[in-house]
Amino acid sequence: MEHFQITLSNSARADIRQPVLCGVVSSGNLEVLMMQSDSGGICTVDVNTSAVGFRDVWQAVLADFNERHALGGMKIAINDAGATPAVVSLRLRQAYESSRSETQ
Amino acid sequence: MGEHAQWNRLGEGRTRRLGRAARLAAGKVIAAEQAVTLLEAVLEPGDRLCIEGNNQKQADFLAHALVQTDPARVRDLHLVQSVLALPEHIDVIERGQVSRIDFSFSGPQAGRLARLVETGRISIGAIHTYLELFARYFVDLTPNVALIAAEAADRHGNLYTGPNTEDTPAIVEATAFKQGIVIAQVSRVVDSLPRVDIPADWVDFVIQSPEPYYVEPLFTRDPALITETQVLTAMIAIKGLYAEYGITRLNHGIGFDTAAIELLLPTYAADLGLKGKICTHWALNPHPTLIPAIEAGFVQSVHSFGSEVGMEKYIAARPDVFFTGHDGSMRSNRAFCQAAGHYACDLFIGSTLQIDLQGNSSTATADRIAGFGGAPNMGADARGRRHASPAWLRAGRESRHDGSIPRGRKLVVQIVETFREHMEPAFVEQLDAWALAERAKMEVPPVMIYGEDLTHIITEEGIANLLLCRTPEEREQAIRGIAGYTPVGMGRDKRMVENLRDRGIVRRPEDLGIDPRQATRDLLAARSIKDLVRASQGLYEPPKKFRNW
Amino acid sequence: MNAKRLNQASYYEASARARIAGLVDAGSFDEFCPPALQQTSPHLALLDAPLAFDDGVVVGSARMDNRPILIAAQEGRFNGGSVGEVHGAKIRGLLIRAVREKPAAVILLVDSGGVRLHEANAGLIAISEIMRALLDAQAAGIPVIAVVGGSCGAFGGMGIVTRMCDVVVMSEEGRLSLSGPEVIETVKGVGEFDAKDKALVWRTTGGKLRRTLGEAAYLVDDNLDAFRSTLAEILGIARPDNALAALKADQAALTARRSTLADSADGLDIWRRAGFPAPEQVPMLDTDTFNILLAAHPLELAHE
Repeated sequence: MEHFQITLSNSARADIRQPVLCGVVSSGNLEVLMMQSDSGGICTVDVNTSAVGFRDVWQAVLADFNERHALGGMKIAINDAGATPAVVSLRLRQAYESSRSETQ
Repeated sequence: MGEHAQWNRLGEGRTRRLGRAARLAAGKVIAAEQAVTLLEAVLEPGDRLCIEGNNQKQADFLAHALVQTDPARVRDLHLVQSVLALPEHIDVIERGQVSRIDFSFSGPQAGRLARLVETGRISIGAIHTYLELFARYFVDLTPNVALIAAEAADRHGNLYTGPNTEDTPAIVEATAFKQGIVIAQVSRVVDSLPRVDIPADWVDFVIQSPEPYYVEPLFTRDPALITETQVLTAMIAIKGLYAEYGITRLNHGIGFDTAAIELLLPTYAADLGLKGKICTHWALNPHPTLIPAIEAGFVQSVHSFGSEVGMEKYIAARPDVFFTGHDGSMRSNRAFCQAAGHYACDLFIGSTLQIDLQGNSSTATADRIAGFGGAPNMGADARGRRHASPAWLRAGRESRHDGSIPRGRKLVVQIVETFREHMEPAFVEQLDAWALAERAKMEVPPVMIYGEDLTHIITEEGIANLLLCRTPEEREQAIRGIAGYTPVGMGRDKRMVENLRDRGIVRRPEDLGIDPRQATRDLLAARSIKDLVRASQGLYEPPKKFRNW
Repeated sequence: MNAKRLNQASYYEASARARIAGLVDAGSFDEFCPPALQQTSPHLALLDAPLAFDDGVVVGSARMDNRPILIAAQEGRFNGGSVGEVHGAKIRGLLIRAVREKPAAVILLVDSGGVRLHEANAGLIAISEIMRALLDAQAAGIPVIAVVGGSCGAFGGMGIVTRMCDVVVMSEEGRLSLSGPEVIETVKGVGEFDAKDKALVWRTTGGKLRRTLGEAAYLVDDNLDAFRSTLAEILGIARPDNALAALKADQAALTARRSTLADSADGLDIWRRAGFPAPEQVPMLDTDTFNILLAAHPLELAHE
């Protein structure tokens, strides 16, 4: 397993009603937990992944995700079992949408 | 008299071989216990031998008999067959009975074959495509002896091959008409056949095997395993390609990516108003995943390379769609279906393991000699084609950048996810095929589909239209532009890719009006094998390994 | 055909969370020990294996058909739904809470191969504690209902837990047994049991067979609506009798069954014995047809 934290700057404030979990930790999949944090203006992402040596790919995927979404004041925690970037982006988007909806 | 004799050596050889076998039986039907003796009688050192190893059907009883023959008598064989599928196909080489092989595909035995080549225990003539090998049966690789598999024989030696006809007609015609010996294993000997697929004149011996011949269910894909990413690439294929070019006649290479396209026809494609406008005529094996599209009325005709285990009753109940004999059962024919896929289809689409920066693709890995199968026949421009269709003309126009004479072009498409399992990138700077070529001393690297023939690549990042690229640099950047987060993708020139996007060479899902969030498994017309059974009104009988109820 | 026609969502395919959402009254689910607490497995962490924030089981309170329930759903896709220390403690805690809160029922959505081997004794202890808590809940008059319809089925210790429940609801995709098919084949040989023969596996452990033997009280279609309406029906029925007399009667029936069916090696033998018209067709029957046939051809067992 590899564990690292990536910090993203984002001035747009995330609007999270309650913590949200999306996805399942099975082979080729991941779970994404989104919560409110105290630090406005940044988003910290804790990545725990069984696919070792792809930190730069995570950096690029998260940077692209950051560009299109309001993540300020959000904390993200990820348990990943080797999902490809396509699946990671999909789960991040799904979690983000769930975090903004009234009911879950 | 002596001069006459030189012109009929093949006929004399045939007489000689049949003479040695004459004591085994009065007619053509030989007892199973005599199989080994029969092979020892008819085979001669140096023979070109075809053990019907098709992609699906296997003459397994005869293969097993071959590896029991005396290596002192049955030796120095030259194997010419489509597939080295069974362990026996490699066993006979390891027993020292084979000096040379010419084949097309060796999937299950690819690792063993590589080791034999490395240790110098076998020499490979060439690795072919299926149609290419059949072609050579009629030029310089005609079999002296063919061991084939059929459903049933009558006492005269007429054969019924039924839905699983596959390669048999090509093998037998070449062998029989060059005075070769044809030995058939059959599951039953009957008084009257449903129909005659191979006439008795072409068959010398018939052996009833204790068990029916083995057929591999290669073309069944469980919809439960189709991922959201594959649904997305399928949507891109349907809207960005099939609808755009009006693809009515096509071949799908087997895979989950294309299975997703098949299962999106009755739902996503129907919602786009495409029924009757795309996917009407197919060169395709009877994929269970095509059942919903057939039931929804998308499909007018399917010609098949072979059959598919479990589909027999469904096929027989849809005689308008499949190529059906007067007896009510399907007839497949790999040689003709390959020709259909090459000349009569406007599109080929399939998946692969690796694509390089020119668009060459390969499934070769350094430690396995797997070969090609039939994909290169479909996945190549048909330069001998002359009849026009709207899709062919449009592709031809798009690719014409100089003043050359107008011609059409077949759409040849690769559909891949940017990363495969275990985060292996699908896009690479150099194909592993080069490493294999060096290790196995091949003259050229084994490429499945050449970049020159490739017209489009689809990934979850979008679709690259290589026809519109005017230079190798544009082509490379178009490929990098849809290679996502792979090292190849991360190495793109962002400004150039944006320019290509403006020109429609690279199109992202949003450019096609596709929202990736819509790409859920709910769009699939069937999400499990059980759903397929229901869609077929209970006619599809999946092999046991696909059951989960 | 409408792209959105598949509103009959498959229970088999749904995640644990989606199953709960599909079964309980809308918006009524309140999760205990939620993933935000990140109560993960210390054992898996020591083994450098991937963790899940909920350790593969979702527990909480909800309403079903407007009745208060406690519900647990195992996530079969995380480590085979296996029970580890934290996972087991969440289910045990739910059953202990049931004694206090007295819901209409505790509902266990079982999807598990049993003990999480990575956690060794901690996993074994966790399951035995679940069993003890389950008995305490039943002694306090709380019905415990097991639902088996996921890809892992209910095997090992969770197979035992399932059969301890008052009512078992299965779909034909569900399987209920003790040792896994591969284990049986490895220990006894492929001649005794061919684990690759999936049709055989389902004829000997699947929902239809279990329903025929009476181990499952209901066989339902693989969709959330069917499970929901059946559970609502069960909640409205008078509770089964856990008194000693009832347990002794159960035991007598099982003893009789063991001798009567001693020669039955396969579901086919059972269906033949029950008088089904075409036993080999039973696995391909749809649920409604099967249930009608079963009602007409119940399995008769000699009683002492």
